[in-house]
Amino acid sequence: MASPLRSPASASLLAVRDLQAWYGESHILHGVSFDVAQGEVVTLLGRNGAGKTTTLKSIMGVVPRREGSVAFEGDETVRMSSYRIARLGIAWCPEERGIFSSLNVEENLMLPPKVRDGGLTVAQIYELFPNLQERRRSQGTKLSGGEQQMLAIGRILRTGARLLLLDEPTEGLAPVIVQHIGRTIHALKAKGFTILLVEQNFRFAATVADRHYVMEHGRIVDMIANTELERNMGKLHEYLGV
Amino acid sequence: MQALFGQLLIGLINGAFYAMLSLGLAVIFGLLNIINFTHGAQYMMGAFCAWFLLNHGIGGVSLGYWPSLVIAPIAVGIFGIVIERTMLSRLYKLDHLYGLLLTFGLALVIQGLFRNEFGSSGMPYQMPSALTGGVNLGFMYLPIYRAWVIVASLVICLATWYVIERTKLGSYLRAATENPALVQAFGINVPRMVTLTFGFGVGLAALAGVMAAPIYQVNPLMGADLIIVVFAVVVIGGMGSILGAILTGFGLGIVEGLTKYFYPEASSTVIFVIMVIVLLVRPAGLFGKEK
Repeated sequence: MASPLRSPASASLLAVRDLQAWYGESHILHGVSFDVAQGEVVTLLGRNGAGKTTTLKSIMGVVPRREGSVAFEGDETVRMSSYRIARLGIAWCPEERGIFSSLNVEENLMLPPKVRDGGLTVAQIYELFPNLQERRRSQGTKLSGGEQQMLAIGRILRTGARLLLLDEPTEGLAPVIVQHIGRTIHALKAKGFTILLVEQNFRFAATVADRHYVMEHGRIVDMIANTELERNMGKLHEYLGV
Repeated sequence: MQALFGQLLIGLINGAFYAMLSLGLAVIFGLLNIINFTHGAQYMMGAFCAWFLLNHGIGGVSLGYWPSLVIAPIAVGIFGIVIERTMLSRLYKLDHLYGLLLTFGLALVIQGLFRNEFGSSGMPYQMPSALTGGVNLGFMYLPIYRAWVIVASLVICLATWYVIERTKLGSYLRAATENPALVQAFGINVPRMVTLTFGFGVGLAALAGVMAAPIYQVNPLMGADLIIVVFAVVVIGGMGSILGAILTGFGLGIVEGLTKYFYPEASSTVIFVIMVIVLLVRPAGLFGKEK
């Protein structure tokens, strides 16, 4: 694979090489390779069905079958069970948010076990998302869509995970909430979190990310630094069909 | 009046066993999606375990009722764990029906083996000396052992409910019942939790078996007779509801007892009549959530 698609930084926190994934008979990922460096915010852009979500799920180990290589801090994870991958310090916020209806807000927030030191305290999470504190006794799924998204992000900040996989955190949310999520991502980056973000909305992605990988048909087809985004607008519109 | 209270007491005793057994079934169904038809056989194994410990003991030392209350659930629970690891774990991706058929077959095999070894006439199990006798309450005579069974099963049921609904461990269990893949992706070893939960549910059945041994005869088919009623209880309460299993268990025991007093002819069918009505009116059960 040509080097331009790799991270410019020398030490990558996450190195994905020739990742393949299947759902039953359908072959979804056809050799995905990219890097994420410590402290970066990197997005996966692409049309529906390009394989962005499957890439996150494959890193997390929740697809039925995957091959290739996913190294986190140098540890090969592609044959690990998802709970072991989580314990290395990777946390996933799924597209459907996955708020548990049989748990209240606080139970949802406290559910993921600590895997390392250095996570946010509950007080810091409530500071990021004050709504959650007000509604901590409510049933998780009684929250509004935006609050559920905040809860889904908030609960993975406590665990000490250093790499966050966020799958379309702004999908279907009001602009004011999207701005809130954007500020949160900046705040998390400032605290040293590394974030791999799946986005449909590249205008939002441009406000938070350092680099963008573009996916098509289960492969990475391009890498655009955020600073060069303006110059590559035409190309990007073509990739995304917008 | 004496007779009414007598029947109510019998109803409560039966209800205590319905509740403990349907609770185990509900916990197992919630997390494993398996309708555990071996539950009755495992209840029977608990009773036999107690009988064996008393009459043969371990290394020649006879062990009575109290040690059996601990040893039998652990021993039968481990047996359940072996079943889960070697057989049930292969079926999770398939429809409920496969788990039901496998556990039904296992129940027949286990009961057949015990009947071959011990016959079907049943053997008595001596009541522990500390719990013999009774108290005259004025309106009725209350055997102490029966009072103990009711109180103990209430405590066990409420403790189980508390752990599942109010503790951190219980929140893992509830979350994994909803979305096991996500709970596992948070770093929790869900397969191990599933195995231990099955072991716990089976252990609960065995514990009920030990408690039943001094009341009913220790008989290879004691679970087969009971489990049919317990499944009706589970259907009425709603599959997978913890509180539903407990309340329905005790409630239907009492209904059965009252029917024995007021209209004895219907006492063995009343639960099934209620089941039919509940299925027609509220198919998910009284406490179940509509899917």
